[in-house]
Amino acid sequence: MLNGLAVGCIYGLVALGFVLIYKATELVNFAQGDLLMLGAFTCYMFVVWYGVGYWTALALAVALVGVFGAALDATILRRVIGQPQFSVVMLTIGLGAIFRSFASIAWGSEIYTLPTPFSARATRLAGVTVSHEYLSIIVGTVLLCALLYAFFTFTRVGLAMQAASQNQLAAYYMGIPVKLMFSLIWAISAGVAAIAGVLLAPVSLIDINLGFIGLKAFAAAVLGGFGSIPGALVGGITIGLIELFSGAYLPQGFKDVAAYVVLLVVLAVRPQGIFGSIARKKV
Amino acid sequence: MRFIFKTSYVQDLGIFRDGVQRNWYVALFFGMLALPLLIPAYLVDMSLVFIYGLCGLSLMVLAGYTGLVSLGHAAFLGIGAYTHVYAVHDLGLPWIVGVALACVVTAISGVLVGLPALRMTGVYLSIATLAFALIIQEVLTRWEHVTGGLKGKPVDKPVVFGLYLGGDVAFYFLCLAFLIAGTWLTGNLLRAPTGRAWVAIRDSEIAAQSMGVNLAVYKTSAFAYSAALMGAAGALFAHKIGFLAPDIFTVLLSIQFLLMVVVGGLGSLHGAFFGAVFVALLPVAISQARDLVPVWAGTLASPFGKSAGSAVFLAVDQFVKKPGLEPGLFGLILVLFILFEPLGIYGRWRKIQLYFSTFPLYKRATFRRQKAYMRSERLR
Repeated sequence: MLNGLAVGCIYGLVALGFVLIYKATELVNFAQGDLLMLGAFTCYMFVVWYGVGYWTALALAVALVGVFGAALDATILRRVIGQPQFSVVMLTIGLGAIFRSFASIAWGSEIYTLPTPFSARATRLAGVTVSHEYLSIIVGTVLLCALLYAFFTFTRVGLAMQAASQNQLAAYYMGIPVKLMFSLIWAISAGVAAIAGVLLAPVSLIDINLGFIGLKAFAAAVLGGFGSIPGALVGGITIGLIELFSGAYLPQGFKDVAAYVVLLVVLAVRPQGIFGSIARKKV
Repeated sequence: MRFIFKTSYVQDLGIFRDGVQRNWYVALFFGMLALPLLIPAYLVDMSLVFIYGLCGLSLMVLAGYTGLVSLGHAAFLGIGAYTHVYAVHDLGLPWIVGVALACVVTAISGVLVGLPALRMTGVYLSIATLAFALIIQEVLTRWEHVTGGLKGKPVDKPVVFGLYLGGDVAFYFLCLAFLIAGTWLTGNLLRAPTGRAWVAIRDSEIAAQSMGVNLAVYKTSAFAYSAALMGAAGALFAHKIGFLAPDIFTVLLSIQFLLMVVVGGLGSLHGAFFGAVFVALLPVAISQARDLVPVWAGTLASPFGKSAGSAVFLAVDQFVKKPGLEPGLFGLILVLFILFEPLGIYGRWRKIQLYFSTFPLYKRATFRRQKAYMRSERLR
């Protein structure tokens, strides 16, 4: 149960990244999972190769990947705003492939484990043994969400971001630096992906295919309604639990596809998701 | 610049624009017939180009003409391949029936994917097809009774109407025949009311709907037709690779197909073929470049001393031999094309044509992209 919750939290975090970018720029970032992979690798590199402490390495990885996300927006993705969805999808898929290739050249295609302060420790909580790794994921997700919520509601920058994502042109007129806001949103969502990667690293091992978790996060984002931040988290946790239970109660093989089956069903039955905020375009 | 004045309806209905264009295509056809004599060594690659051309055609109909982007076309290819092989080997049906069955089964699965597509637009559809492809891949792995699971399934050489077509040359002509048939069918379909309706849906769903295009019928038919083409391609593909395993039909293959239509040029049948040539021959080119590039780099550095030359040679050699390089290169090409030439190779070809036909008067601004604000799809 707790495992499902923890994995679900990861899906939720990645989905959160999708949703943030989608809400702001209406781009769907297929490379989100690969940003997660980059985050995990960067943290690993600092901890194991350079002997930096876990927390410093985490901060460094998040900062690096965040800056990288902002640079990505400023140099490449800004050019395709307003172009058909198709080119954006292809562009981010291409970027994802480049990241994977880069990771395999820079860090090799072996499988690594990230040593953390939580490794191989467990507490007994109400008669259930809870490993610290899973606990760290859940706690981290809750903290991060609270932080993001506070940021978007109480700070000027956060409000400006909301304004920019609600109406780009109106935000320009109000003197909000929309381009900068978009880059910042990219930075945040890349940073969130990096955190998710680092949290996930002790549970699932680090390799260049870690990014494929992004596909399952899609299911989470769609289930929650693609434009909704709480929806992304709820969707992520739901997908995590569904995977857990289908692994336990259904024949072998269902665990891997459960997320996609749910995704297809949701899209066919209720495309706007649970917390849908997307309406059909009118003339 | 040459203008073509149409003087009769028959002329308007013709497949070719004018006699000159027809003659070029006839020349191309004879060139293809003569190809086995000219480059016997690359014949195997050429038949792969033809199969990819069929796949490109299929995806071009869906993505380029109907505007429905599928990220799961490899799944259709897989379904077609497995259906064909199962029908011919396990059920003992004739070859041509196997191909027909592959087309029918993939068309049905295309309709199944297309039905939810009626309620989705844009990126949702891509995600749905992606999910479909992943499910199909799992099914291919698990349904061992039919597919042989992870152990795979060997494929015999094709025997059509009692005629053994396993040799390189015979298989080349088989693929060529399928490609010509597919192109002819698609080309004709696209200038018929069906094709016009598809293009209308691509350009604006709402406008198409208000002109009386039944979205449900035409979106599903686009899916069915595209999938059926993919099924035929799958049957040929099975013979081409000679051994089926579920891990061939991955998302990466789907992405390669998309790369094909993007690089070739969306919304043109020529583009599908340019893209197919590009994608099928790129690995060949890369493997040749792997040997050549370090030598070049070494020669470039050699003026700085012999040791510098050999050091650069070793470094570059080590770099290009890394296994992860190839998908990254594919990604890089994709990104560059989308940023700098969204109309693909065919678009570039058109520009060059226009440059020469309007020679001193060519304006770059003809093809300049407009500045665009975000086009919201969330309007209420």
